[in-house]
Amino acid sequence: MIRLDHVSKVFPGSDRPAVGDLSFEVPAGEIVVLVGPSGCGKTTTLKMINRLIEPTSGEIWIDGARATTQEPHVLRRKIGYVIQQIGLFPHRTIAQNIATVPQLLGWERGRIEARVAELIELVGLDRDVVDRYPAELSGGQQQRVGVARALAADPPVMLMDEPFGAVDPIVRARLQEELKVLQARLQKTIVFVTHDIDEAIGLGDRVALLNEGGVLEQYAPPEEILRAPANDFVVRFLGSERGLRRLSLISVDTVPLDWGPVVEADTSTQSARAVMNEHGSDWVGIVDHGRLRGWVWGSELVHHEMMAELHPRPFSARLSRGDTLRQALDAIVTSKTQMAVVVDGDRYLGMFSADRLNEALLS
Amino acid sequence: MAQTTEPFMRWGWVWSHLDLIWSRTVEHLVLTGIALGIGFVISVVLSVIALRYRKTYAPITWVTGVLYSIPSLALFVMLIPITGLSVTTAEIGLVSYTLLIFIRNIVAGIDGVPQEVREAAMGMGYTRRRMLLEIELPIALPVVIAGVRIATVTTVGLVTITALIGLGGLGQLILDGLNRLFTTPLIVGAVLSVVLALLLDFALVFLERALTPWARRKATV
Repeated sequence: MIRLDHVSKVFPGSDRPAVGDLSFEVPAGEIVVLVGPSGCGKTTTLKMINRLIEPTSGEIWIDGARATTQEPHVLRRKIGYVIQQIGLFPHRTIAQNIATVPQLLGWERGRIEARVAELIELVGLDRDVVDRYPAELSGGQQQRVGVARALAADPPVMLMDEPFGAVDPIVRARLQEELKVLQARLQKTIVFVTHDIDEAIGLGDRVALLNEGGVLEQYAPPEEILRAPANDFVVRFLGSERGLRRLSLISVDTVPLDWGPVVEADTSTQSARAVMNEHGSDWVGIVDHGRLRGWVWGSELVHHEMMAELHPRPFSARLSRGDTLRQALDAIVTSKTQMAVVVDGDRYLGMFSADRLNEALLS
Repeated sequence: MAQTTEPFMRWGWVWSHLDLIWSRTVEHLVLTGIALGIGFVISVVLSVIALRYRKTYAPITWVTGVLYSIPSLALFVMLIPITGLSVTTAEIGLVSYTLLIFIRNIVAGIDGVPQEVREAAMGMGYTRRRMLLEIELPIALPVVIAGVRIATVTTVGLVTITALIGLGGLGQLILDGLNRLFTTPLIVGAVLSVVLALLLDFALVFLERALTPWARRKATV
């Protein structure tokens, strides 16, 4: 979809290239995150795609056509562009801001109005913001407008330059989550620039790790970068929490689970004790036809014949099958039993333990 | 003895000369309007040049600055041999005094447009020309209008001086009063000139409010 072919950029008056001989391909419908330290040329690379910066040499192909074969302003109207400082037009209302590219493309009024209403909803803004001016909105709301404006003419390609860099961490996390949901629906080809490795790992289908001078050190899906960093630079950039970061990319249902000391409700307390002994545990979990009911202490089994007579407590450490290993780790370190139960709805799937976590990391 | 009994303000003269006062006021407004109009057009052209080719900004402000610093009286006198006692002479002087004010404010206003707004506009496919007209100029409007207000008040005052070359609008009344040691027209001319300046200034404030609702709402947040 987007292909950079031996692209380099040397700014006038500089003897070292800002970007040197960079080649990579962004497949259609994927988010590629360019990440690296400042001075790595990630923003320069992004701006060469929509020709805000012209490459010194090399070719950029978008959708099978050379970027240079079109007038820059014609090309740019087909590419969504979101920047960190947002750059909303202060003299125009939110509706007018969102309508920018459709208006440049000469859409008729009714079509623009319908599209604006659709986008307001899509990015989760209140309908009553349309007639306000940008200065009346919070930073998070403004960036939602920025994203809506970039999406307005439904461009197949989006360029996002640290779009969530200027909002506070809570809003940033929410906007990242919303972008993922949006992307699952819209399937845009997105090039996203950030200096935040966690953001890169969290959002990217692929991550391009750039070093100073626009040298591509590794280009791979985030899980692969964390599991098999290409070189020392990548290892250093990923930092000491590489293992932890990897956990957030692996979901619980990819790991084999233990059944654990868990029995059906129609089991006798005697066999339940045997199960506890087998696992060396002082508690036992109870399921009722596969549905998780809770757990009881071994000492509570005295004077009872059947497990069904007991009143189990709910497990505090519960995981859903879609949760990540990072959430699983958090659950087990905060649970008394060093275990977390994994459920699908209320159906019991198994136990997740620290041992399983280790195995997953070492595999 | 006539002088000792002459009152400070002779209202009878005012009532009997309402037509004269009115036509002088209109003349004053016309001279002001022409000067501001021509001055603004020239300034927009020079500002666009200065913004497009930054190196020209210093020479442009230098030349208009020199024009601005020439005493008005001297300028009119210098122009009389060339353009005579005409509206042209008056307007050359009046227009040249507006240029520095206009150009400074237009350039400052457009320079004040946030860089990210420009980047977003370019990134979404504005051409330079459309960006200037639809994005930069509207955002610069409060600063530009601030310049128009200064130029307007200044020009209203300066028009009175053109009375010395036979024009002057309300300046004629002032000159007449001075020549005859007759305070009534002098006061009428001076007061109306001030009132005119204030009214035009208020009108421009309203114009600014009407044209830039976004700038006002910003202050309330």
